[in-house]
Amino acid sequence: MTPAQESASQLSKKLRVLVAKVGLDGHDRGVKIVARALRDAGIEVIYLGIHNTPAEIAASALQEDADAIGLSIHSAAHLTLFGEVIKLLKANNANDIVVFGGGIVPGEDIGKHQRMGVKKIFTPGAPLEEIVRFVKSIGVETRRARGARRRSLASSPPPTLLRKRRNKPKST
Amino acid sequence: MNSPEKSRKNLSGIEIQRCYGAEDIRAFDAARDLGVPGVFPFTRGIYSTMYRGRLWTMRQFAGFGSAEESNRRYHYLLQQGNMGLSVAFDMPTLMGYDSDDPRSRGEVGRCGVAVDSVTDMEVLFRGIPLDNVSVSMMINGPAIVLFAMYLVVAERQGVKFRDLQGTLQNDILKEYIAQKEWICPPAPSLKMINDIIGFCVESAPRYHPLSISGYHIREAGSTAVQELAFTLYDGLTYVKSALDAGLKVDDFVPRFSFFFNAHNDFFEEIAKFRAARRLWAHEIKKRFHPANPDSLALRFHTQTAGCALTAQQPYNNVVRVTLQALAAVLGGTQSLHTNSLDETLALPSEDAVKIALRTQQIIAHESGVTDTADPLGGSYYVEWLTDKMESEAKSYFDKLDAMRGMVPAIERGFPQGEIHRAAVSYQKEVDARERIIVGVNSFVEPERSRVSILKVKDAVEKKQVLRLRQRKKSRSAKKVDLALNRLGGVAEASGDLMPAVMEAVRAEATVGEICEVFRRVYGGYREAALI
Repeated sequence: MTPAQESASQLSKKLRVLVAKVGLDGHDRGVKIVARALRDAGIEVIYLGIHNTPAEIAASALQEDADAIGLSIHSAAHLTLFGEVIKLLKANNANDIVVFGGGIVPGEDIGKHQRMGVKKIFTPGAPLEEIVRFVKSIGVETRRARGARRRSLASSPPPTLLRKRRNKPKST
Repeated sequence: MNSPEKSRKNLSGIEIQRCYGAEDIRAFDAARDLGVPGVFPFTRGIYSTMYRGRLWTMRQFAGFGSAEESNRRYHYLLQQGNMGLSVAFDMPTLMGYDSDDPRSRGEVGRCGVAVDSVTDMEVLFRGIPLDNVSVSMMINGPAIVLFAMYLVVAERQGVKFRDLQGTLQNDILKEYIAQKEWICPPAPSLKMINDIIGFCVESAPRYHPLSISGYHIREAGSTAVQELAFTLYDGLTYVKSALDAGLKVDDFVPRFSFFFNAHNDFFEEIAKFRAARRLWAHEIKKRFHPANPDSLALRFHTQTAGCALTAQQPYNNVVRVTLQALAAVLGGTQSLHTNSLDETLALPSEDAVKIALRTQQIIAHESGVTDTADPLGGSYYVEWLTDKMESEAKSYFDKLDAMRGMVPAIERGFPQGEIHRAAVSYQKEVDARERIIVGVNSFVEPERSRVSILKVKDAVEKKQVLRLRQRKKSRSAKKVDLALNRLGGVAEASGDLMPAVMEAVRAEATVGEICEVFRRVYGGYREAALI
């Protein structure tokens, strides 16, 4: 494959975004609406549901080969938990995965998040269109870098972090 | 020239006519459908004198940081004229984890108060006599643990259980449907609820062991009709479950209370509250045949809609909350929480919560709306809409009956799906500016108004973890083990959990340790992640 062909094949690949609630809060109204809007916009969405730990999210993002992670939080634990996701991605050489988030995040914490490596925080009232536009704008370079990683991942053992999927309710 | 008239729909999607008259309520029979306040079917209110006899309880929901900080806030609220307390616990407590659990990292004391053991609970109510102040606790999955702690604190205060007032939320069904803070699957959770109800019937007859909540269903995006239908149907499910456990309908149904949301559409909300009372009275009568008329009277707490607040131009929220609170009062609420203007940004500051409380006081003492019961009764529009809400809720009842009840409906994701669809279509309407939200999609200003917000310090978690570790060292490990083992045995044998949980609490076992026993014996709960 020539570099041009390779790049074209990369770009024709659908954007893959992992969307999840991080931490213990179950307020999933917003996250589900956003996940659905992204999917309706032609983006491939892996929705992890509620009550995920940062380790579970980072592991799933690696295994699902996501281009971006969208995190939702309403428990005011954002600085700690978003920080842990970023740290785990870095530890796995995956800080090219774009992390963005939304929820109840006061203005003064938004700058702290950006310095930490969170690309964008959407606060209450953000129109869906704006979120879709942001995700679609995830750059060619980023996706090309991800493509390189995809190839190197294919020949290396899977990440050691635990992966968790939730498919059906478990009852006694 | 007038512009062409557009069709109007309320938030439940019900089409509203230009004007209503006698012909729109031809089937309406005032004696049968309205009656008088305090009498079946209670459309006009559950008391004959309504607010002339007694105002609603002004009950602000609060809790953050440590037990000490929250206790200070409670004293502040009581000094400002708050008439009852309502406790907000932090996420780890709501999920039954201790503050030192790895899953609790970053969450301790953030959006509620951190409570690990009965000692925290004692600090929380320091200087608050539990026989005098009615306390509501927003706790569900681990409700039995926090309730046992509350009882032990009452014991230590020298308060008799029979003098305890207040309310335990204890509504697990709406957790599966909407709020999603749980520990165990439905069957053992319902068993715990029955044990709590049974205890209250025997020992704490003035306490409300269950507050069936539509608030969270609405916050999750439901329509007013869905809130009404799912909440009342949850209530019927609890009645059936308690009857199956051997309790008698007239012993416990009068102690049930409800908790509704007051959203933006003024008349829709009022109609919802009136329809709720009438529908409950008829359904309880038809399904369970109680002898005591109190079993038919639906009493409820209201909170203004958190999801209707806006981060943009936050002072506008004061006005929204005023209208929502007025709807709750015109709808005959027994208790009310008004949201603070800053709650889309953080937990409320002292100043913000004071304005919220003053809003209630102004409605109560200045507006004159408390002078007569159900002042909107007989209005063509309000009666038509009350009927409409009731009949639409009933068609949900038929669907749920056909699914063999709420638990199977939850397991197949029915109420969750209905709510999600409503939330999506509401958001689309807002995004398309078919619904105007002042300051968000219309009358927008470039800069957000700044308000000073409450911050919970990172040090809270460290301190709480340290305190928990010290307490674990100072208690008798042997007593804790014994009590937890005994609790495990009782749970496995399906015995009455209340005495065993109280014994564990007295031994200073923590929320996490006790809930771990439940997780081990009953298993955890997970939902399908569907969009």
